Amino acid sequence: MPFSAKRLLADLKVYARGNLRSREGFFFTLIFPIILILLFGAIFSGGGSGPSTVYVQNQDAGVNVGPAHVNVGLQFIQALNMSYAESVNNTYPNHPIITPALDLHGVPAGDNFTQYLTSHSSSDGIVIPTDFSSAYIAGKSVNVTVYGNPASTTSAIVSGITREYVNAFNVFGAQGVHSVGVTSANAVSNSYKYIDFLVPGLIGFAALTSPMFALVNISSTYRRDKVFKLLSLTPLTKTEWLLSKILWYIGTTVVSFCLMSAVGIYVFGAHITFGWGLPIFLLLGPFFFVSLGMLVGTISNSPESAAVVGNLVTFPMMFLSGTFFPVSAMPMYLQNVAHVLPLFYLIDGLTNVMIYGNYTPALLDAGLILVLSIITFALAVRFFRWRED
Amino acid sequence: MAAIEVDSLEKSYGSLKAVDGISFSVNEGEVFSLLGPNGAGKTTTIEVLEGLRDQDKGKVSVLGFDPWHNGYQLHEKIGVIPQGFKFLDYPTPKEAINYYATLFGVQVDANELLKRVILEDAANTWFQNLSGGQKQKLGMALSLVNDPKLVFLDEPTTGLDPQARRAVWEVIRKLKGEGRTVMLTTHYLEEAEELADKVAIMNHGHIVATGTVSEIENKYGSGQKLSVKGSMELVNHLKENTHLQVEWDVDGTVSIRLRDKDDAIVALGAIEESGADWRDLVVRRDSLEDIFLRLVGPEGKEAGEGK
Repeated sequence: MPFSAKRLLADLKVYARGNLRSREGFFFTLIFPIILILLFGAIFSGGGSGPSTVYVQNQDAGVNVGPAHVNVGLQFIQALNMSYAESVNNTYPNHPIITPALDLHGVPAGDNFTQYLTSHSSSDGIVIPTDFSSAYIAGKSVNVTVYGNPASTTSAIVSGITREYVNAFNVFGAQGVHSVGVTSANAVSNSYKYIDFLVPGLIGFAALTSPMFALVNISSTYRRDKVFKLLSLTPLTKTEWLLSKILWYIGTTVVSFCLMSAVGIYVFGAHITFGWGLPIFLLLGPFFFVSLGMLVGTISNSPESAAVVGNLVTFPMMFLSGTFFPVSAMPMYLQNVAHVLPLFYLIDGLTNVMIYGNYTPALLDAGLILVLSIITFALAVRFFRWRED
Repeated sequence: MAAIEVDSLEKSYGSLKAVDGISFSVNEGEVFSLLGPNGAGKTTTIEVLEGLRDQDKGKVSVLGFDPWHNGYQLHEKIGVIPQGFKFLDYPTPKEAINYYATLFGVQVDANELLKRVILEDAANTWFQNLSGGQKQKLGMALSLVNDPKLVFLDEPTTGLDPQARRAVWEVIRKLKGEGRTVMLTTHYLEEAEELADKVAIMNHGHIVATGTVSEIENKYGSGQKLSVKGSMELVNHLKENTHLQVEWDVDGTVSIRLRDKDDAIVALGAIEESGADWRDLVVRRDSLEDIFLRLVGPEGKEAGEGK
């Protein structure tokens, strides 16, 4: 049966009307996103426990002391690299767990540092100035610049550790003169707040939950109630039916996006960039999660088992993909888990577009979601059976 | 020309043979009723004919199409109400009809169609708020949106109150009056007697009887019976003093099989002569229900709820 936009739109109209007439549908489409952003907007971020990623640029030219060439900047970085964090070991209380405090990444001396940070979607960095070695040895005043976001807990950690090492260098430096200081700087003109990260996170959350829960439920209850059989007796095709659901959830995601952005901006003063990359993610998110919900519901035998499988797939994504808290604030092993969850790439893409205006990694995120969506859509259409059970 | 032709149809679910080599045909314009207890294979047969299930063996032709391989062409020409018809919760009957009309690419006057199925009063009520009978009527209306030549009605009156059931019967009569072929499955035997031109009785995947209701009654019935309410004493008197075949039911019914008019006269004389108390004299033929119960066994009556 050839594709028909008329049939697709007729199905979309019936589905949309049903959702707007149902109290649950109305609540989850229009009210729930506002409640979420108000609730989580009111909560500030908690602490992190993994090593903080820090970009370091050593501009120090070094100095010749006798026959030796000394680069104090390099020594400072090596010292920072040995910083560690202690945490309580529940199994062996006398042996605390030692983990690196900072995860240092070098930045070539000639690169524009603030641009480099932006292109890596990071706000934390340290720059050692050109005359660091000569000033340090001569006991002259010199400052290490620490880039960070005043609202971010990781930035506070980076700044704190750097200051400690600066103090140590001052103690062991030339005649104990406190020559090295710290200058704070922001990578971009806006300093980020928790709400800035929360808005894309919650948009990702809306793009995940509404279609997943709805499609898991529909795919199993329509089969139980023989609604699919009924529809299979009309010229409507499976592809048209599934596409109409995708269109509806793209619509609800856009509505959620508008509501959450409005509340984020006007209630919490969020800084959000509305770039051209946004529509890509507002389209791809529902496309993927409608297909995934349908696939999960299709492979389950009953509405009850579909709900269980649906929750098993949805909940880890909901909490581990950077929805409510930045992934960088999680322990490393959970960060590794996050990187295999599709929602992570949606939220990462949205964050890259909405906060950093950083399109290269955003397009990579989009490309990955697009490939996953096409595969999942094809599998859902292939395995979802209208007719014979 | 036959609207439906089924030859040696077989369908199994794992080791369970749901339909075991049945053959029948339905002529155009006919109301054909498939009867049988639950689990007899009626719905499987109907679903194969509708193209919802593939058959394992045999040949099936519906309006000249192979239903499984030419589903989309066939579905444009047939209307279906599946067993236990359910729909989306929120469309009104009018919206549901317009939705179907767009899907089929046809122009339909929704109000006119609702009037035909006697549902115009609930035209703007959400599906979830319709009564059982109204839901079935909407199912009928939807099955007629594409002006089908052949309508499949799978237990369309199950669970309806007598009034709603008769309203659905009225619609089925209208369909027949319009020259449409109707394939009706039911376990209400009265429904088949009222509506069907031809009947097939299924049990354990086989067709155990087929023909018009009167053909089945003549072939499988035991002729006329005279029955009265009476005591065992009366039964004994009749057995001792006549050659008649007499049966006694626990509800106090004494049944006497009548082969001819003379048997009737002998029976009446003997009853009077016995001096026993008797009442409620009735002469009747075996009903379709009597035959159905004889052919499928009493468990069929329990499973199928009977008349």
